[in-house]
Amino acid sequence: MTTSVAVVGAAESDLGVTSTSVLGLQVQAVIRALADAGLSLSDVDGLATNGISRFSTTQLAEYLGLQPTWSDSTFVGGCAPQMYVARAVQAIEAGQASTVVISFASNQRSARSRSLGAVVETTMPEAQFETPYAPLYPISYYAMAAQQYLDRYGATREQLAEVAVAAREWALLNPKAFRYGSGPLGVDDVLTAPMVSTPLTTADCCLVTDGGGAVVLTSLDRARDLRRPPVRVLGYGECLTNTSMTAMDDLTLTGAEASSRAAFKRAGLGPSDVDVAEVYDSFTITVLLTLEAVGFCGRGEAASWVQGGRIRPGGAFPLDTSGGGLSYCHPGQFGVLLLVEAVRQLRGECGDRQVPGAEVALAHGTGGILSAHGTVLLGADR
Amino acid sequence: MSDPQVPAGDEVTTPWWDATRERRLLVQECGACATRQHPPRAVCTRCGDLGHLGWVTASGRGTVDAFTVVHRAPLPELATPYVVARVRLAEGPLLLTNIVTENPGTVTAASPVRLDWRALPDGRALPVFRLLQED
Repeated sequence: MTTSVAVVGAAESDLGVTSTSVLGLQVQAVIRALADAGLSLSDVDGLATNGISRFSTTQLAEYLGLQPTWSDSTFVGGCAPQMYVARAVQAIEAGQASTVVISFASNQRSARSRSLGAVVETTMPEAQFETPYAPLYPISYYAMAAQQYLDRYGATREQLAEVAVAAREWALLNPKAFRYGSGPLGVDDVLTAPMVSTPLTTADCCLVTDGGGAVVLTSLDRARDLRRPPVRVLGYGECLTNTSMTAMDDLTLTGAEASSRAAFKRAGLGPSDVDVAEVYDSFTITVLLTLEAVGFCGRGEAASWVQGGRIRPGGAFPLDTSGGGLSYCHPGQFGVLLLVEAVRQLRGECGDRQVPGAEVALAHGTGGILSAHGTVLLGADR
Repeated sequence: MSDPQVPAGDEVTTPWWDATRERRLLVQECGACATRQHPPRAVCTRCGDLGHLGWVTASGRGTVDAFTVVHRAPLPELATPYVVARVRLAEGPLLLTNIVTENPGTVTAASPVRLDWRALPDGRALPVFRLLQED
């Protein structure tokens, strides 16, 4: 099974507060990722992105002076880049493209474009049946899931807070992290932060920052002649489940189960083979639900499983090693930066936060309100 | 709360909204397979039937399925805190709604609730719920 495609370049744009346009950040990410790979724009014949405009790939292609023969703008929120990896692998294996760039960038913090309310088109059912009740979007959905999880399994807000505490510990090791110089975060800091939508405080919620990233993919054969050690795409999977807040009968079960099962099957691997996990941490609860869905621990166990330093630097289960969306960077859609960090871990480039000898990485993206799930398994080419 | 902006119904949802003018809560039911679904749509998601979709009137009884107390409003004119919840109707489907209460901290998972209405300026009304324990 597995695939014959590799990631050969990975890079971030400027992060944090950039006062840079979306296209400016996109260019930074794309050009830096190509430079990382030892390639140039003239090598690129495939392009996948979203979030720029109504015609995102067309827009970016022209801006870069490209006329790609393969493109994708699948728009499902923060896991779109995981899905682009799947499509890019298929396109490269089918011969439709030889060198694919996957990118995303947002200037949402500089542009003050993020709102707490719904971003629902008025012609969609949610505008009639959900938005009138003023849920925070997406926060209130995750909050309801968190409350349901805590009630059902007798877990505590303190246990949930460990996800944010551990993310901060990782961020303190990453000079690029928004919270790099902010000092440690304690459980009490999370619990006493301003309440947003119970049981989630501001510290249970990801950052709102500018930022972006890009990865470059090509065939494994070609990758072995390029300047960086290839990172193999071992497997991928995806699942869409809902747009409304009432479609999922059980808020604690997500499409991450189906997407990760498909990825593991393709790779011929299981959860115990993963050395480092980059799991979309839009909210603390997102991580607990995803860890269970992927099968790293049993249902209802994640709240206790993450305790005792397991997911902190030096722990047995290195998780969100960049500092994650909670403490590193969250440009509205975090999926591409999950891939960038996974690639760097597998190449051994992560300095103080490097997971020693990491050979298999999982990058799991989540989009919308636990709506869309994309899992990618990457491996060192050893 | 100030009046929310609620778009007009379409060819599928207008009967549902019209019933709210008479303070009746409808649930869409498929005459072919008896599945009930919300929100109403042009197809039965269980059997794919297009031609036998009808309505039943809900009893107004339900239980809280999931809830959150919102402390930061998405719009400045909304007073906080308020409760956003999923209510499981006795008839089966889940609705997103508000639990209207002076004591948001008393809402729990599985709290029994009853239907109430928040009038809209155009004569329609939004189904909201109250805690039975407060009756």
